Amino acid sequence: MQAPVQDAITVAEEQEKWLADAMALVQHHAFFMHRALDANNLRDALKFSAQMLSELRTSKLSPQKYYELYMRTFDELRKLEIFFKDETKRGRTNADLYELVQHAGNILPRLYLLCTVASVYIKSKEAPAKDILKDLVEMSRGVQHPVRGLFLRSYLSQISRDKLPDIGSEYEGEGGTVMDAVEFVLQNFTEMNKLWVRMQHQGPAREKERREKERRELRDLVGKNLHVLSQLEGVDLDMYKDVVLPRVLEQVVNCKDEIAQYYLMDCIIQVFPDDYHLQTLETLLGACPQLQPTVDVKTVMSQLMERLSNYAASSSEVLPDLLHVEAFAKLSSAVVKVIEAQPDMPLVGAVSLHVALLTFTLRVHVDRLDYVDQVLGACVKKLEGKGKVKDSKATKQIVALLSAPLEKYNDVVTVLRLTNYSKVMEHLDYETNKVMAVVIIQSIMKNNTSISSSEKVDALFELLKELIKDSEGAPSMDEIDEDDFMEEQNLVARLVHMLVNKDHEEMFKILTTARKHFGQGGPKRLKFTLPPLIFAALKLVRCLQGHDAGDEALVSPKKIFQFLHQTVEALSTVPAPELALRLYLQCAEAASDCSLEPVAYEFFTQAFLLYEEEIADSRAQVTAMQLIIGTLQRTYVFGVENRDTLTHKATGYSAKLLKKPDQCRAVYACSHLFWLEEDGGTQDGERVLLCLKRALRIANAAQQMSSVTRGSSGPLTLFVEILNKYLYYFEKGIPQVTSNLIQGLLELIGTELQSENTAQDRAVDAFFASTRRYIQFQKQKGDDLAERYSSIQVVSPP
Amino acid sequence: MNFLLGAFGPSCTISVDFSDADTRKQANIKKENGQSALVPLFHGQESVVGEVRIDPIPGKRVEHQGVKIELLGQIELYFDRGSFYDFTSLVRELDVPGVIHERKTYPFEFSTVEMQYESYNGVNVRLRYVLKVTITRNYATNIVEYKDFWVRNYQPHPEINNSIKMEVGIEDCLHIEFEYSKSKYHLKDVVIGKIYFLLVRIKIKHMELEIRRRESTGSGPNTYNESETLAKYEIMDGAPVRGESIPIRLFLSPYDLTPTYRNINNKFSVKYYLNLVLVDEEDRRYFKQQEITLYRAE
Repeated sequence: MQAPVQDAITVAEEQEKWLADAMALVQHHAFFMHRALDANNLRDALKFSAQMLSELRTSKLSPQKYYELYMRTFDELRKLEIFFKDETKRGRTNADLYELVQHAGNILPRLYLLCTVASVYIKSKEAPAKDILKDLVEMSRGVQHPVRGLFLRSYLSQISRDKLPDIGSEYEGEGGTVMDAVEFVLQNFTEMNKLWVRMQHQGPAREKERREKERRELRDLVGKNLHVLSQLEGVDLDMYKDVVLPRVLEQVVNCKDEIAQYYLMDCIIQVFPDDYHLQTLETLLGACPQLQPTVDVKTVMSQLMERLSNYAASSSEVLPDLLHVEAFAKLSSAVVKVIEAQPDMPLVGAVSLHVALLTFTLRVHVDRLDYVDQVLGACVKKLEGKGKVKDSKATKQIVALLSAPLEKYNDVVTVLRLTNYSKVMEHLDYETNKVMAVVIIQSIMKNNTSISSSEKVDALFELLKELIKDSEGAPSMDEIDEDDFMEEQNLVARLVHMLVNKDHEEMFKILTTARKHFGQGGPKRLKFTLPPLIFAALKLVRCLQGHDAGDEALVSPKKIFQFLHQTVEALSTVPAPELALRLYLQCAEAASDCSLEPVAYEFFTQAFLLYEEEIADSRAQVTAMQLIIGTLQRTYVFGVENRDTLTHKATGYSAKLLKKPDQCRAVYACSHLFWLEEDGGTQDGERVLLCLKRALRIANAAQQMSSVTRGSSGPLTLFVEILNKYLYYFEKGIPQVTSNLIQGLLELIGTELQSENTAQDRAVDAFFASTRRYIQFQKQKGDDLAERYSSIQVVSPP
Repeated sequence: MNFLLGAFGPSCTISVDFSDADTRKQANIKKENGQSALVPLFHGQESVVGEVRIDPIPGKRVEHQGVKIELLGQIELYFDRGSFYDFTSLVRELDVPGVIHERKTYPFEFSTVEMQYESYNGVNVRLRYVLKVTITRNYATNIVEYKDFWVRNYQPHPEINNSIKMEVGIEDCLHIEFEYSKSKYHLKDVVIGKIYFLLVRIKIKHMELEIRRRESTGSGPNTYNESETLAKYEIMDGAPVRGESIPIRLFLSPYDLTPTYRNINNKFSVKYYLNLVLVDEEDRRYFKQQEITLYRAE
């Protein structure tokens, strides 16, 4: 690896040295030239200037160094030009000078001198500019060496720039027409491009890279001609259309060179005005498929489309023009043709072409959704049979393609109308597809887009299917990161809330559709996706609650409850019994609110069944029990019989909880089932008291158990809690709960507290103390309640 | 020195002056020693008029057997030990025998002299016109004085002047077609032409056009040919590709050319050629030589 580096250094050093030598010689000859100029000695001036220019005959310098040398001599030639001008004032004719410089034996100095004289000659108008220019451009053919030829012609272009017989130029008329000017520039351009392209094929193959680098350094010399053309006043649209563009394109296409084609197409697009492009779109695009297969056409076309869309954005008057020339149709057919013409084009190229076209469409024809769909359709066609796209770059482009409409419309609903959207998406690999799906959902969230029909839901979920179900090719669950999965599923869950339609029937349809899709997601997903769906359905139920349309209606609470039932059932088989249980209870409550007793009963039944069969964990049981009791307490719809059954069950299960404190708490909670505040609700003081007493018994048992196992009784929390329950019911005025009972309990706790066996617990002390304070407070309030409290004695602890 | 001059030198000086010396054109001639000199210029059929002046060295007299002036056209072949061939010889007697004591002038005139050949200074041959004044003496050597003058003849423009067009090449290697607009050029003419590259498989470095002169002297087995390259004019730099055409424009005026001399008195001929030379990267030269006719136009 040492050698190439060293080579590189010596090459650079060598270049520097050669340049320095050449510069010194130029300096040397220029000195004598200056002397001749000062002495008005034409012969010597020509002799030394030719010698100076001979330094440009070198083949050793790289284009960059050659350029430096060129610039140095360029400066000297300006002095010579002034001298030539003075020479004509001294009586020598321009024609004479023009011949005289051609006596130089070497072609390169000869032609540089010729151009220099020509500059003066044209300015003098002693001969028509067009003839001189034509002669120059023709004579320059003598230099076939690429680099030297390019610089010579660049010099020609430089000196002739302000002397072209353009419209409005002083050289027009006698000096020729704009046609001559165009012809001249075109010819120079053509020849320069040929030379430039030829560089590629000269020299050994191993230096290809270096050559290409050098060529890139020189490209602006060629491109300059196009710039000159664009600056000509006389090149109007017609001229551009009929002469300039066809000729330039002909050269571009025929040169069959990758670098040139790419650069020049880009040049054309950048240099000429937008409306020219618009009016010649067909011609310009027609050239694209003819370019070499390796040319980066996509960038070229993207740039064109970007220019056009910027142009369209620049003013509203332009838009009709764009429509008039059917820009879209032309662009899209060009894209197709280019792809056809370049069978080896990597997929990424084809897709990015479509991205460019889509960007154009979105900017120019926002309202034409069919165009957008058409672009996607074309892309689908290209992707057809390719299966999942493996190439990461292509994937990126597809994502860009799919994201563009989302970003533009900020509305997934619009995007959903694009039938080809999902087809494109199918070609994304699993991971990317998921990412894209996430993007879609995020877009919905961000823009608060509501999805308001079942068809849309269908379409949307079709797009999101990688998130919603396991498709073929998806990695097994073990390989998926748990956190990512949760995050994705949470997103899907959030999405459910965006499915909104005020029309109940439609809403129900939406839910059914969503359910259908979610149903395919497998147990892991159901946990996430079904709950929001259930709540959405419950929400719908509540809406319907107000106005019952009767059984004939397509949507009735009953139907929704059936739906809910099935849905929750699905969850219970997942299995997610705890979740299912909660949802059953939610449903039951909703059913109750709808006064659908059998339905509510069924839900409770299911909940109990789940409790019995699926919930084994004691802690979960406790929670489940609390939920069941709470819900049951708030469910008013049941008749006595059903209610009895249910409360019985609840109480039964409460007493069978594993840990005593849990039992105790569940049991005293059950007491609430027998005392409903609402009108017509059960108010069974006996059974309330029964529950409380039972709770007390259990608390006692717990206490004893504790003292047996640990040597000290457990804290008195349970007692204080029960005391509070007593107080609650006492205040409610349940006859069976008497002040005596409370008094007894108070004393019991007081005694226990003082007992040495009892473990000290500040929290319990505080709890008990505040309970007592509460009693005191009630006593002192002086209302009806105070009267009833008066019989209770609060003994302050010692 | 004066003494010596007086003793052995000629006893008189002879000078020849043309009557229209002030107005006559002069030709700038390069002499053998490389210096150039201005010489009076004549055309064929012109009258050569002037006077001869004889100035005896003061204090001396010139006895003579007669004074004559000759107009000679001579061809001098260098390899032939400087032998002269006079193709023209005209004589005018200027004086009968006698003695010249003081300056004496003799007018002379050769009217409408036939001078069909042009003066020429070549490598191996010289063609010159000279006026020779001879003072014939009895016992001493004759006193001779020469006066050179230069002759150029204008030729009419040729009626037929075809272009030269030719396709040449090396099989599977190089094929070119070249075209010179004319085959006959006057001396201030411009060679216009074009070279088309039909096939290029060699790496050409550059291409030049040479003007070559071939001077042939003598005849038969004693013919001497001498070629020189008078001009090297680069017309192409770098390697062209197939289909390229390269323009030629060569001004003849800067070069020291003469008309083509086909056959000068059976003694010599001078011919001109355009030689197209292609040089490849290994400095091999490929060339094609074409004769052109040069003529002097008025």
